Amino acid sequence: MTKQLYQMTIHELNKLLEDKKVSSGEIVESVFKRIESVEEKVHAYITLTYDLAMQHARDADGRILRKEAGFLTGIPLAIKDIICISGVKTTCGSKMLENFIPPYDATVIKKIKSQSAVFAGKTNMDEFAMGSSNETSFFGPARNPWDTERIPGGSSGGSAAAVAADECIASLGSDTGGSIRQPASHCGVVGLKPTYGRVSRFGLIAFASSLDQIGPVTKDVEDAAILLNCISGFDPMDSTSVNREVPDYTKALVKNAKGLTLGIPKEYFVEGLDPEVEKAVRDGIREIEKQGAKIKEISLPHTQYAVAVYYLIAPAEACSNLARYDGVKYGYRSDCKSNLREMYEITRSEGFGPEVKRRIMLGTYALSAGYYDAYYKKASQVRTLICRDFENAFKECDLVVTPTAPAPAYRVGEKISDPLSMYLDDIFTVPANLAGLPCISVPCGFNDKGLPMGLQGIGNLFEEEKVLRCAYCFEQNTDWHLRRPFKDAVSAC
Amino acid sequence: MEFETIIGLEVHAQMLTETKIFCGCSTEFGQKPNSLSCPVCLGMPGVLPVLNRKVVEHALKTAIATNCSINKYNRFARKNYFYPDLPKGYQISQFELPIAVDGFVDIEVKNKKILKRIGITRIHMEEDAGKLLHQLDGISSESSYVDYNRTGVPLMEIVSEPDMRSPEEAGEYLRILRSVLQYLDVCDGNMEQGSFRCDANVSLRPKGREELGTKVELKNMNSFRHVEKALEYEIQRQQDMLEEGETIVQETRLWDESGGVTFSMRSKEEAHDYRYFPDPDLVPIVIEDSWLQEIKGQLPELPKEKVERFIKQYGIPEYDAGILSSNRQIADYFEQCTGIYHKPKSISNWIMGDILRNLGDTREIDNFPVTPKHLAGMLELIDKGTISGKIAKTVFEEMFTSGKMPEEIIRKKGLVQMSDQNEIEKVIGEIIDRNAEAVEEYRQGKEKIFGFFVGLVMKATQGRANPKIVNEILRRKLAG
Amino acid sequence: MKITKKDVEHVATLARLRFDEGEVELFTDQLNKIMEYFEKLKNVDTTGVVPSTHAVDLSNAFREDAVKKSLPSDESLKNAPDSEQTFFKVPKIIEV
Repeated sequence: MTKQLYQMTIHELNKLLEDKKVSSGEIVESVFKRIESVEEKVHAYITLTYDLAMQHARDADGRILRKEAGFLTGIPLAIKDIICISGVKTTCGSKMLENFIPPYDATVIKKIKSQSAVFAGKTNMDEFAMGSSNETSFFGPARNPWDTERIPGGSSGGSAAAVAADECIASLGSDTGGSIRQPASHCGVVGLKPTYGRVSRFGLIAFASSLDQIGPVTKDVEDAAILLNCISGFDPMDSTSVNREVPDYTKALVKNAKGLTLGIPKEYFVEGLDPEVEKAVRDGIREIEKQGAKIKEISLPHTQYAVAVYYLIAPAEACSNLARYDGVKYGYRSDCKSNLREMYEITRSEGFGPEVKRRIMLGTYALSAGYYDAYYKKASQVRTLICRDFENAFKECDLVVTPTAPAPAYRVGEKISDPLSMYLDDIFTVPANLAGLPCISVPCGFNDKGLPMGLQGIGNLFEEEKVLRCAYCFEQNTDWHLRRPFKDAVSAC
Repeated sequence: MEFETIIGLEVHAQMLTETKIFCGCSTEFGQKPNSLSCPVCLGMPGVLPVLNRKVVEHALKTAIATNCSINKYNRFARKNYFYPDLPKGYQISQFELPIAVDGFVDIEVKNKKILKRIGITRIHMEEDAGKLLHQLDGISSESSYVDYNRTGVPLMEIVSEPDMRSPEEAGEYLRILRSVLQYLDVCDGNMEQGSFRCDANVSLRPKGREELGTKVELKNMNSFRHVEKALEYEIQRQQDMLEEGETIVQETRLWDESGGVTFSMRSKEEAHDYRYFPDPDLVPIVIEDSWLQEIKGQLPELPKEKVERFIKQYGIPEYDAGILSSNRQIADYFEQCTGIYHKPKSISNWIMGDILRNLGDTREIDNFPVTPKHLAGMLELIDKGTISGKIAKTVFEEMFTSGKMPEEIIRKKGLVQMSDQNEIEKVIGEIIDRNAEAVEEYRQGKEKIFGFFVGLVMKATQGRANPKIVNEILRRKLAG
Repeated sequence: MKITKKDVEHVATLARLRFDEGEVELFTDQLNKIMEYFEKLKNVDTTGVVPSTHAVDLSNAFREDAVKKSLPSDESLKNAPDSEQTFFKVPKIIEV
């Protein structure tokens, strides 16, 4: 059976488009047919933009005819609903922004538009990216395509599910504490979080400004490199974006790991780590070793504090970032508004879901008079120590390799009433955000229930090339990334 | 009991820039509501602030001119509170690391006899809030209305030490500070339009005591006069209370100009907890020495230095130098005149007299119709004897209304001075003939009526006769 | 240190959130559990450690003082829950 268009990768389709074997319009039709058949089960999207997509496809096909095509020309992408597209509803998974239509494009959207890519829709997510299961989405959670009783992960769960279920060719997510990598791991796809400052945050609705970063969610590592090439670079609209040359990341993709030293932090292989995940990751490490890498045990001594640091800093920034949702300029406003104070309080209480309110409370508390030093400041100091841990580690190795998540995807509803246990699951992903480091999750196996598991590679600041190379070498010598869910659905198409 | 007044001032100065502090919207005044806003200053989701370099440079200039130490590493913080004029729910300001600290300005008190140093605690940069209207088209309704045009206009907050001991000192400090900002061209200093705003902290303590009394914050004072009046009122109010044995409540009070009183805001707001923390959307500002040197090179001469130089360089009295330097444009005007005319004191007299009188309160000499060229030209004509000092007044008025050059005015109006001996002798001869009685009185020794004859000559010549020649001939002829 | 219901109510006021009795209890309980976990940070010696706002060393990002076109007021007001003429409209503000 030949591969359907919607099953393909960016690089495969790019070749077909350039050789005029298919048109962008045909790809879009194929993807939307797929969406029609599986979306009901997956709920990966909040908004579908078929008309816009067909219009983009026509532009793309024209451009291909004029031989002005780029790598992304004509490729249907799904964009996490936290990234603003001018004129397209951008909800951030919240009732608060249920009807918000931004009059501006995020910088990454401008860059993608300049290559005439196609926007298939806006993907589902935890409300304001606060959650790691997609269950906090106001629009109902996306489901894991490998087992729709299970969570796809979060917060970019919709993006990962859409890619895994072939409801788009590739996707953009955002990662504040693991929000790209963890769902990628749970859905068996590739997710990359670039170095803080590598990709502009302009137009990315802020959760925690010092941690947020946009990145690709893709079917394979090569596609991640292609998308990263497009979205990276300095942006004068983002003061925290870094003015540094962008290499061609696809050039980093070689199939061996010669000369690389992998650091294996002992603090990541401890009690609480699912044995099947541990085995898959250790097997993965051995595979990369076989391809020429050296393996070294290292220590990141402050790892145990990372979750506490993260859940103080991120909510502190978030409570301030979310103060703008007050019912005055845009977004939800409660009907109950006899006076200003009441309008504020009821609007915000009705517009935000419980997890968002919990984090606003947490952050407000951590910044409030008398607690700033003990919580926010202390956390910022320990953050410095976590950064130093990595600085020291990268004196001994090129990459730190770990599991992405301590266990595969759990069932919907299983943890929602225990926020702390959900927060603790972020233990392997938050350190890289706190230290601003580039990192990737690649599929490294399936457990006995057929659920995917991910291996995480963390690189030094701005060393995306090493991260990609290691992931590519691993991927090309395994075939985990080729497995897809919905076998019967595929043959039905 | 005798009390000592303690006053500290917080000045909010709107910086003179083309654009807002964190976005490219214009800072123009008086435009249609919400026409000068954009996703950034409206605080829309996902947008980010980028700092206007000019704002930092203005703050640096002010810091240098007020003898502050500059924090070479400073940064912005978020001040979190909810109000509809604050679109993001926080104001971007500076908190624990402001751009400058520990400065001072010197003021003259007690009829300018004593120099007093007023400490400056800190200078920081921040964004202005929007404007709230509580009625529309004069009609009150159940709603309030928000205009975000002002949101994000750059402000500098200059906080003084509690070093002032009287409303007079406070007024003098404000005048000096405003003149410095205007000299630096970083603020237009317009209090009525709100580009130079002042809040005051005032408290009283028994004379001789170290410990400070409870302070009251005063707001809503829109002119220097208001500040002084509000302070006077508030000091009296506190003194009366203390003498009655009452305790002062720490609060914010507003000045009501029409009633001439301060009144409590009686805000029900819970104690403020602004939850400041470093703004993660912005990066620290590092002031490199080279940048600082560049800014120092751009600093204009400040009022104090200018007064000293004017006295030395032009030999004018300190009083003149002080008035001329009180405004940078007037000082520049004076110096432009000195470049083309050689008697600085004459220029100074004319500026302090006719020019300042005609300028009015705005002091905008740049668009004044009598340019330095006009003034110098006129003064030359007096020196040459072409016109008299008296005629000059007429010429000045004409230059002011028509903007014509003095030569043209005297030519067209026939105002050229009459210096011809014979002509004047003829006029005087006629006058002597016609006033035989008075001439007789004069010759009898009533010499004080000499002026009467001068007046007649001037009248007969429409003021054009050269006074020196008139005097000479008149004396000779009257002597018989 | 234990977070009381009163603390939760105070923080809710600061954050402009309103909770019913049940929610206050739930949040008090959950925040206590979470903050208790955070107590482990007290074990870290941070004497002399400079706090990090960003992981990447950044400074001096400026724009030049050049005017850019503003958003037309009708565009700005498009998403507004309530407006009048070209103003955003809010319930009457009584506090000064």
